[in-house]
Amino acid sequence: MTTREPQVKLSLHNSVADVFERFGVAILATLLLLVIPLTLDLFRLGLAAKYLCFAFPAVGIVLIWGYGGILSLGQGVFFGMGSYMMAMFLKLESAANPDSSSGTALAAFFGATGLPDFMVWNSVEELPLWWEPFHHVWIMIPAILILPPLLAFVLGYVNFRNRVSGVYFTIVTLSIAAIMAIVIIGQQGYTGGINGITDFKTFLGLDLDSDRAKYVMYYITVILLLLAVLAGRFIIKSRLGRVLVAIRDQEDRARFSGYDSAMFKAFIFAVGALFASVGGAMFTIQIGLASPSLIGIVPSIEMVIYAAIGGRVSLVGAVYGAFLVNGAKTFFSENFVEYWTYFIGALYIFVVMFLPLGLAGILKKRDSAEEPD
Amino acid sequence: MNAILSVTDLSVSFDGFKAVDNLSFSVDYDELRVVIGPNGAGKTTLLDMICGKTRPAHGSVRFKGLELSQMIEYQITRAGVGRKFQTPSIYQDLTVFENLEISSPENRSIFGSLLFQYKPEVIGKIESVARSISLQEELNTKAGRLSHGQKQWLEIGLLLMQDPDLMLLDEPVAGMSARERELTAGLLQSIAKGRSLVVIEHDMEFVRMIAKKVTVLHQGRLLAEGSMDQVQNDPRVIEVYLGS
Repeated sequence: MTTREPQVKLSLHNSVADVFERFGVAILATLLLLVIPLTLDLFRLGLAAKYLCFAFPAVGIVLIWGYGGILSLGQGVFFGMGSYMMAMFLKLESAANPDSSSGTALAAFFGATGLPDFMVWNSVEELPLWWEPFHHVWIMIPAILILPPLLAFVLGYVNFRNRVSGVYFTIVTLSIAAIMAIVIIGQQGYTGGINGITDFKTFLGLDLDSDRAKYVMYYITVILLLLAVLAGRFIIKSRLGRVLVAIRDQEDRARFSGYDSAMFKAFIFAVGALFASVGGAMFTIQIGLASPSLIGIVPSIEMVIYAAIGGRVSLVGAVYGAFLVNGAKTFFSENFVEYWTYFIGALYIFVVMFLPLGLAGILKKRDSAEEPD
Repeated sequence: MNAILSVTDLSVSFDGFKAVDNLSFSVDYDELRVVIGPNGAGKTTLLDMICGKTRPAHGSVRFKGLELSQMIEYQITRAGVGRKFQTPSIYQDLTVFENLEISSPENRSIFGSLLFQYKPEVIGKIESVARSISLQEELNTKAGRLSHGQKQWLEIGLLLMQDPDLMLLDEPVAGMSARERELTAGLLQSIAKGRSLVVIEHDMEFVRMIAKKVTVLHQGRLLAEGSMDQVQNDPRVIEVYLGS
């Protein structure tokens, strides 16, 4: 260090990856807002939209795991909460308008107007009380934004405060993912069970099958995702981001620097839950499905793989990771139905062994990627 | 007596082994106290109990009228106690500047740190602390790349940013060269102005350089206390420690 520029400026990171991440958001925005919608047909656009929904939990995992050092194998829980809350709203709206040729219409024929079809099949005659609030969009949206982060915060704070961390906390998250999937499957009459909740018609009167709805929802997803990436950037560039890295690397030291480390970890865990929940809600409105197969252990682990492949400390990388893995999944499952999981597994092992910083690591200068001793 | 810290009847045991056994001692305002004793004497455990890392089985730790034994680490830190660990404990992945900056006591809440902006006073303080620990040329170096001695200094620098009234230093010159030891002795004497220090040290040369009053622990108990000369001539101390 021979130059004496203002210290603040010098102290900011200026690695290649950071420069890329700065323009990376702009590149990503161009791709998602212009290139993809202008070049892909409606079917492929729908696939892209689906992949983007999985990018939400992946971006959250970068914050939680890459910066907070907390490995959660239960992000499917928060994805699922967002997904199911959206599904409940859509299902009630569909059930209230039974003039369509669907299970809903059939249910109405049996004299159960207003009740979701799967409840009719399961002899549930009255709408359960906890479904009632989801008649209203102005309850559903705040619930998606508040309940999952609240659960994550409480769960995180209680555990971190009692010094449950590292692999033990990972096991806690894993168990919750398993429990939630089991409960949903078991309570078929109230949750749709293993089949999930499906067959939605409209969202606030907008026909979800129309081309217009597909574009509108795609753009809403992209804008929300870009907001999530920007919010994540704001967090990691703030002092809070540095405190998180400090806690990740030396939690004891951070406590003795006067930080309530449990509070910081619970906070970032809640942010990750918020992102996952929004992704789940956008998934359900676009794909038309909420399913326990998106909540359990396997999908939760897959979400970690997206972040690992993109680079666990790169927010933009997580989006590409989600895109790449899901794209590969579609390709392999179309062509090698039996074997695609092996390909995904091999890809993950390759990245962990040879690219510990993921795809983003390729762009990073060699020396800044070096591990400190 | 005007004590900033008084420890009374402090005990803790690990798996039946009494690491600290009914220990009482006190430190005055503006005092630099050195604690010595053979391995396993309970020196580090004593510091751990003062700063909240280990919870005492019984006894009290009073610091400026507060009972520390009922508080947790970050509260004790905010009350004005700083702790330096035996092996340098710094944030490897952050630069020296960032290490010092996040140790500064403003904005330690979630939203405070989210909206934190560099203020000229903080930057000035960081630069002056960096000068006092001889790291002013290394502000943009990742802390993980510093030499062992520089890491030790950086950790002292982290404490200086917190500006504590009581600093607990566990073997601050371990692994340092003779030249670095001398510099550290000077550093400790200068930072001892206006605050109290408790220093654990093994190196007798270094103890002689800095100590006015020495406390000797043995098997978790207080063995002797006094000036370096008194302690060195105490037959009990010679038997358990210096003579061996």
